[in-house]
Amino acid sequence: MTVHIEKLPPDRESTLLAAYSGAVAASHRRTLAIVVAIAALYLLAGWMAEVRPLTFLDNIQNFTAYLDQIMPVLTLANLPADVAAWYWGLPKWLGLLAETILMAYLGTLLGGIAAFLLCFLASANLVRSRTIRFVARRFLEVCRTVPEVVFALIFVIAFGLGPMVGVLAIAIHTAGALGKLFSEVVENIDMKPVEGLTGTGAGLVATVRFAVVPQVLSNFASYALLRFEINVRGAGVMGFVGAGGIGQEFLVAIRNFYYSDVSAILLLVILTVVTIDLATERLRHHLLGREAHA
Amino acid sequence: MNRRPSSPLRQAALADLDGLRQRHPRVFRPAWSRRAAVLGTLAVIVALAVVAMVRLDFSLLRILHGLHRLGEFAGMMLPPSAGGRLGLFATALGETLAIAFLGTLTAACLAFPVAFLAARNVVRNPFLRFGVRRSFDVIRSVDVLIWALIWINVVGLGPFAGALAIACSDFGALGKLFSEAIETADRKAQEGVTASGGGRLHRVRFGLVPAVLPVLASQVLYFFESNTRSATIIGIVGAGGIGQYLTELIRVLEMQQVAFLVLMILVTVALIDLVSGRLRRAIIGAAPP
Repeated sequence: MTVHIEKLPPDRESTLLAAYSGAVAASHRRTLAIVVAIAALYLLAGWMAEVRPLTFLDNIQNFTAYLDQIMPVLTLANLPADVAAWYWGLPKWLGLLAETILMAYLGTLLGGIAAFLLCFLASANLVRSRTIRFVARRFLEVCRTVPEVVFALIFVIAFGLGPMVGVLAIAIHTAGALGKLFSEVVENIDMKPVEGLTGTGAGLVATVRFAVVPQVLSNFASYALLRFEINVRGAGVMGFVGAGGIGQEFLVAIRNFYYSDVSAILLLVILTVVTIDLATERLRHHLLGREAHA
Repeated sequence: MNRRPSSPLRQAALADLDGLRQRHPRVFRPAWSRRAAVLGTLAVIVALAVVAMVRLDFSLLRILHGLHRLGEFAGMMLPPSAGGRLGLFATALGETLAIAFLGTLTAACLAFPVAFLAARNVVRNPFLRFGVRRSFDVIRSVDVLIWALIWINVVGLGPFAGALAIACSDFGALGKLFSEAIETADRKAQEGVTASGGGRLHRVRFGLVPAVLPVLASQVLYFFESNTRSATIIGIVGAGGIGQYLTELIRVLEMQQVAFLVLMILVTVALIDLVSGRLRRAIIGAAPP
């Protein structure tokens, strides 16, 4: 089958082509301007952050050399003994790792409870009072913006050294981060059940319990699991400021150049975090999938 | 949502409660199996929390004592003051922003090409995909402070190590997010390119990249925002930025200056939040629906 296409009159065609190339050129110019602006900012930032590309190139072999140094000496002939020597402190490290995970768990739980209680006050569709909403939102923002390590630094002085401080710091940061996410979920709910309950004269608590919570619980749980994974990573470095967990041991190993210990602890931490990451991802898909099918 | 006088509907329903109970027995029957599952889950969560509290030496006495001291610190924070070091703090804050910007952009530029290798609709080879995915996971699982410690060994103390640390840990996180965005991209444009005779590279360049670019850009903006927060603490291990002063001032209990620094950080992050929110909406809005 052949299709015959009518040709446009030449003058019409040339105007259209000119308009087209003009539009394309304008879009190209805009892209170019954006790219140039970003590149200029990049260079400025590089200057401010004292980037020295030459030093970097000179010292990049330091990086590979460092990786080489922290690698344990493993020989095939004597593998079990070598591994045993590499992981000489395994019982102690496993104990610290368990402490780290418990810190993350407790921090997520306490922070999650606080976020759960506060998120309804920060939601525009449930609370009419602007003042309450404003106060709740700003409070969550402060909790979220100040990094947990800064909280830990202050708490270490107030409460003394130890894992409890790490838990409190993680809990406050988690409350801020989860509170924001939770209140966004609450603002996106279906309002019909809420109106139904309000119509029968229910108060705020009853409305939240029977109209809001059933809609948002699986999303909340999914976000809390995501946060748990982030908190395990965060709890791993709490020890840098003396707030418990495996971080202190790691810092000592790195500062004192106990090379094989660095790789041993790093590997343990990586394995733990990746395992928890994969497990929570499974659980979250399960949670959200069940909601989608329901 | 104030308590209102109960509506006629509610009064009628309450008066006829027994009748309702008889007519709709299924609604009123308690769901025992469901209830048991909920209670069981709750019991496990609480038990684990108790174990954690015992193991981590929680003590009410220490908490009360600490709260008392925290109250004292809060009193010492007022009024916040720079203590005559405003210029120094402003430079450090600029350095922090530079670290965050440099790290995020470098990570985005590096992660962009690699993320395609981890996407199911670009790379058929499952082994390559699996390898790239797991490397993203491993890189991501190392905290930014640990990356900073490692890079300090390579390029020495200072903000450069901080920027490299953020670039590294974000490379993993952005790579994972990018590859997920690429996998969920609309297939129609790609099929159109293939149907008009384009090869695989054409498909990716003209069908996939324009579709995912706005999503990726908005994710990068989001990361820049959260990196400004991480960049404030990276100075704790000596990798530049405002964290150095923060640590030092907290240690010597110069609470007025600490409060000033925290306020500076809060304002900066709020500003960036505002600007990047605008930009994000502009980018997403400009994309074809």
